[in-house]
Amino acid sequence: MSKELVKDPLNIIICGVGGQGNILATELLASALVEKGYFTTVGETYGASQRGGSVMSHVRISAAAEYGVLIPLGQADIIVSFEPTDTLRVARDYANKTTLIITDSRPNYPLGVLIGEAVYPPMEAIEAELKKLSGEVKVIEATKLAVEAGNSQATNILLMGALTALPQVPLTADDYDRVMEQRFNSNALELNRKVFKIGYEHINK
Amino acid sequence: MEWMITADEPGKTYLMQGNEAVARGALEAGIRFAAAYPGSPSSEILTMLGHVADKMEMYAEWSTNETCALEACLGASFARVRSLCVMKQNGLLVVGDALHSASLSGVKGGLVMIVADDPSAHSSTNEFDSRHQAKSAALPMLEPANIQEAKDMVKWGYELSEQLQQLVMVRTVTRINHGRSTVTLGQMLAEKPNPVTIGEWDRMVAINWFKDAQIAKLDQAQEIFEESPFNWYKGPEAPEIIIITCGTGWLYSSEAVEALGLNEKVGILKIGTTYPLPEKFIVKHLLNTNKVLVVEEVDPFLEQNIAGIIAYHPELNIELLGRCGQKTLPRNGELNPDIVRNILASLTGKVFTGPEVAVIPPEEATPLPARELTFCAGCPHRASFFLLKQTLRIHEGQGVVMGDIGCYTMGGQRAGHYLYNFLCCMGGGINAAEGMGQLTRFGFKQPVLALAGDSTFFHSCIPGLVNAKYHDSNMLFVVLDNSATAMTGFQPHPGIGLTAMGKAAEPISIQKVAEAIGCQVTVADPFDISGTTEIVYKLLKQPGLKVLILKQECATLAVRKRKKPRVWVDQDLCRGDECGCGRFCSRIWGCPGNIWDYEAGRAKIDEVVCVGCGVCASLCPAGAIKIEGGGADE
Repeated sequence: MSKELVKDPLNIIICGVGGQGNILATELLASALVEKGYFTTVGETYGASQRGGSVMSHVRISAAAEYGVLIPLGQADIIVSFEPTDTLRVARDYANKTTLIITDSRPNYPLGVLIGEAVYPPMEAIEAELKKLSGEVKVIEATKLAVEAGNSQATNILLMGALTALPQVPLTADDYDRVMEQRFNSNALELNRKVFKIGYEHINK
Repeated sequence: MEWMITADEPGKTYLMQGNEAVARGALEAGIRFAAAYPGSPSSEILTMLGHVADKMEMYAEWSTNETCALEACLGASFARVRSLCVMKQNGLLVVGDALHSASLSGVKGGLVMIVADDPSAHSSTNEFDSRHQAKSAALPMLEPANIQEAKDMVKWGYELSEQLQQLVMVRTVTRINHGRSTVTLGQMLAEKPNPVTIGEWDRMVAINWFKDAQIAKLDQAQEIFEESPFNWYKGPEAPEIIIITCGTGWLYSSEAVEALGLNEKVGILKIGTTYPLPEKFIVKHLLNTNKVLVVEEVDPFLEQNIAGIIAYHPELNIELLGRCGQKTLPRNGELNPDIVRNILASLTGKVFTGPEVAVIPPEEATPLPARELTFCAGCPHRASFFLLKQTLRIHEGQGVVMGDIGCYTMGGQRAGHYLYNFLCCMGGGINAAEGMGQLTRFGFKQPVLALAGDSTFFHSCIPGLVNAKYHDSNMLFVVLDNSATAMTGFQPHPGIGLTAMGKAAEPISIQKVAEAIGCQVTVADPFDISGTTEIVYKLLKQPGLKVLILKQECATLAVRKRKKPRVWVDQDLCRGDECGCGRFCSRIWGCPGNIWDYEAGRAKIDEVVCVGCGVCASLCPAGAIKIEGGGADE
């Protein structure tokens, strides 16, 4: 029998833009949860995301029963996002006044912005609205920290470190480390361990 | 995960994707043959089976189209070998003739078909409901409600198929195929049967003589389904409402009943064997209520089959609600837990109190730029669409362009300058162009073009090309050959020279096929914008059928093979907004690698995104875009 959760089911959304690695990060998270004995379901919405679209994974964790793959509107307990405007888009649909949001601050410009037809909003405006929509917002310069640690592609694992450090998430850093050990070769493992720790400590400090 | 689908660890529980669970179920059943044509959301199944085929002593192929795949499986089945055929909803319509015929002959070795539907058409041009085809072809059908059932149903499907000597269809939806959940592994079949010798009087023949046998198999399936563990009821003895549901509707309904505290009032009848329906089992439960809500994905298929049962049972007194009945649920689009909960709340007068949500008035909400789909950086389709659009503009008379299915379907949107006027199905473009091209005899003057990708060419354009050639239609057939089935994840096709099992094969040349049919074929490079524009212009002037192959490898593949040149903007040469080009590179060309440096008021290359194709350098009127290094294969 797995340990009771602070809230059951615990609903986590992990979102970003195609290619940012959130499907892999989510799969590792969910695998670690399954190993701890939790009912875990993941719903992935990606469509043609390789071509610049949004990607969103819903993770539902329960000690008692299996839940459907989609989180109902307004019922995300935690949102982890790799891209600020996507954070806001998702928060508008799924956040409530107790939701905790972790977001990277680095923009990924959509086509309309690149060609000058649309404007990318300032981070301050995004953060202000996120605060109204949720209980708490933690902005992390995740991409920047990952680049400093060696590779922007490790941003996903850095954010997983931050997520794992939250007391609501029934995982220890060791639990996540075990699945990384199974999945990554030695070079990738070393970098991912490093950035995971950076994300983890960023929340714990 | 390939190790997961082959692991000999019965009883062990893993997190699995729906597509992994399907592959696992088929491997547990001891399949020796698998064939498919790629289509989201089911493509991963055959990719994985191809990778493990040697290890699992089986054969797997990416067939040229779905009909090839199903009929190949019939051949394997004739030799008493178990086979798996995988496709998406559109593919099932491609195999319609084979499907309806095969159900008359029946099968010998177990044959399970996975058909993955895509409610809300997340990665499709439509959301057809495949289940009508199972009914139309008189085939038994199963619908998994979660990932575990996806594995278990596929495995059991083989026993059912062999017991009935009939094909069995398993219908999944995107949320199953691309969902993940816990799956407990079962035992692998100890010994896989080898193919048998086909005797002189051994037959598998599809003619109407066997229609009585076909119907008898369906009746037998119904009897088996009456006792199936995939069907169950959860709820009170005399419920006010029974929700009848299948597939993903089961968990949405359970959550809705729970959230509204309706456990004492609402029961759920979960059906896993959706055709033919277990009539006695359903009637037994319907006698306990007067109101039924049917929750299912896409069409009111289950609902209308329930309506059929009610019509034949005067002892029932049921108000039937669903996607059709009183239009209780939306007739179009994917369901979700909110839709199901809200409908149930309104039917029972319950109010749902969820967590407190902040409401931001629209005028206070931060405007967000949309995430629009576009061709990848360096995609040859961008160049092809640009030069075709440009040529049609300089050619007198607006051309008519027939599109087709693939990444280039996006070319009907901004990414491709809204180039094409017509879109139907795979192979639809060339046939529509053939028809329109015949109208020149009645004074029709516009040039007619058809587009098709390389995988689509092999899948469904060859009969169309023969037709257009034989009847000498006035049209230009453009093959956008990027050497990939890119949209669904780079599965190999007959032009590639590689099989699903990773073996080398002799590639089939599209040019030679078209020439063998007798077509005049031109091969050009879409990256040579001015040269190829001239070629297209000249071809449009010629009467009769012309074939143009625009050949350039998919950028996502090319970038893995070559050393990337550095492309950059010399901002001293870029004339900015004074140039008169209207920021051509970032605004019109529209490659994600071409961005605008607002501080400098000059063009810029996003060197992280750019793949170094260098086409924009050939188009810049100021010659400000520079290319350095790169080149040969690494």
